[in-house]
Amino acid sequence: MELQTWTFIIVGVTFALYIGIAIWSRAKSTSEFYVAGKGVHPITNGMATAADWMSAASFLSMAGLIAFMGYQGAQYLMGWTGGYVLLALLLAPYLRKFGKFTVPDFIGERYYSQIARIVAVICALFVSFTYVVGQMKGVGVAFAGFLNIPFEWGVIIGVAIVFFYAVLGGMKGITYTQVAQYCVLIFAYLVPAIFISILMVGNPIPQIGLGGTLADGTYLLDKLDMICTELGFKEYTTSHRGKTDLFFVTAALMLGTAGLPHVIVRFFTVPKVADARRSAGWALLFIALLYTSAPAIGAFARTNLIQTVNNKPYTELPAWFGNWEKTGLLAFEDKNEDGVVQYYDDTNEAYITAKAQPNGWKGNELKVDRDIMVLANPSIANLPNWVVALVVAGGLAAALSTAAGLLLVISTSIAHDLLKKWLRPQISEQGELRAARISIAVAVLVAGYAGIDPPGFVAQVVAFAFGLAAASFFPAIVMGIFSKRMNMPGAVSGMIVGLVFTATYILYFKYGGGSSDQYWFGISPEGIGTIGMLLNFAVAITISSFTKAPPAHIQELVYSIRIPRSSSPND
Amino acid sequence: MSDNRYKAYWNTNLKYLFLLLVIWFIVSFGAGIIFADTLNQFRLGGFKLGFWFAQQGSIYVFVVLIFVYVFLMNRLDKKHEVDE
Repeated sequence: MELQTWTFIIVGVTFALYIGIAIWSRAKSTSEFYVAGKGVHPITNGMATAADWMSAASFLSMAGLIAFMGYQGAQYLMGWTGGYVLLALLLAPYLRKFGKFTVPDFIGERYYSQIARIVAVICALFVSFTYVVGQMKGVGVAFAGFLNIPFEWGVIIGVAIVFFYAVLGGMKGITYTQVAQYCVLIFAYLVPAIFISILMVGNPIPQIGLGGTLADGTYLLDKLDMICTELGFKEYTTSHRGKTDLFFVTAALMLGTAGLPHVIVRFFTVPKVADARRSAGWALLFIALLYTSAPAIGAFARTNLIQTVNNKPYTELPAWFGNWEKTGLLAFEDKNEDGVVQYYDDTNEAYITAKAQPNGWKGNELKVDRDIMVLANPSIANLPNWVVALVVAGGLAAALSTAAGLLLVISTSIAHDLLKKWLRPQISEQGELRAARISIAVAVLVAGYAGIDPPGFVAQVVAFAFGLAAASFFPAIVMGIFSKRMNMPGAVSGMIVGLVFTATYILYFKYGGGSSDQYWFGISPEGIGTIGMLLNFAVAITISSFTKAPPAHIQELVYSIRIPRSSSPND
Repeated sequence: MSDNRYKAYWNTNLKYLFLLLVIWFIVSFGAGIIFADTLNQFRLGGFKLGFWFAQQGSIYVFVVLIFVYVFLMNRLDKKHEVDE
């Protein structure tokens, strides 16, 4: 069967499944809409969290990023998994015991202040919105690339699907569709990974295959180091930059992960404190399945690409090369007009004088988009069309599940934190539920519109979302749990200093014309959230030690969230 | 819950957290970043050891750490009769 037919069938079946689940799991109360009635099994929640967490970028781009970054790609691998340890140990069980609906809920009550709540709402909205726009764009790209549907229509179809199940089912509908989406995306990711691992090193487990040997008896990674250096690139498996930035970026991604509202809120949906802990373990296990396969895919793909394409006459390249050239993700430009593909590092001066010039090479002739690694893998490995179609459905599942989780945070922030807890406290439950549905509907439409025509700032979403979450939410929540003494003035000034510092640094280097040689201690904007977090802690602790301790009922609240069962110190 | 019992429960919890987070830091920031070059002199089959920690090993340890924490805390909750 044709690839396009397969894609229509598989994508169609998965979409029908999501809609079916949405109809089955309609939300009837605000508790069901916000936190799925707190009745989600920990393993189910683990899967939903994994789908919530793994976005279009994790699914499509990460393996390709690692393929070109080599060792340095570890910042994403460790950064986007290590945060779950912090989440499980420092946040999830206590927030579940607290037992409300949102992160601003916790900040607002723990710091007995509407200002704290509103600062938290603004952060949650900003972080979630920038993030969701990227997902909508991802949906459009997947449709446009594979179904020959115009990009705008791709986004519109994505909007329609999310609209349907998020507005109808709220957190309940989102949770169960995310479980289905996790199954689709992990299957779609692992099938090609397993095939390619068998093909290259004869081992069906990609995580082990990465350390396996090629047909000629050399270890894959040693071979990759060798061919990279032969082409003037840096060695694949070792570091060749200072470690400072790697350290800070990894830390910022971890701290940001633990502070992202759409991830935290998933732990409000399980029945018990013990379930929140267990659920974080399952979530990370499900995430690790993909995250430990990604470096294998990256290394396989890089080796495969170089061996198949480099120094080969253009006319003898395999058919997939031509197919991907059409999409613009692969490009060959014959700079020295010899009809042969020269792929090498044309920024490496020593290599140019020693190797390129004597051979008459006039620059690197191969351009590879990082997204192609996952998408093209099945065709590079000669896998059947249905596997390619499956990868498309997987990419869509990853984008839609993350988008839905983010949209829910946006809607609860507006309906619950702004309306119910601030502007109109007398609103009825039905009224609040209606407001939540309306705000999620509006948010989907705005996100879809922004996805079609993304404002410039969206491209920097990773730096922003993680930096701001690390510098604002993470310290405020941790201190709220682990310090009885932390008070409103301390926490609020800490959050504001952390936020302003981090946002200013990012804005200066992304838009203000700052160049990388001006980085403080060599820390890039992606890693500055770590410093923002330290500043937040320092300011909060200093200010709180000068100001009045929090009132007695707040100290009791802290007491009670630390213990799974019990209510107050006087029990 | 008596004051002493609460203190005992919370201090044990903090002790677990400290131990587990030290391991968390050592495998990721330690073995995967700071000491990666040194560890790369050793091998684990086809992997240089530092590279393995950075792209594989640390993630496995993260998963194990959470489940160890779950086990320890469930036991502690039972001992102090605060399990739900």
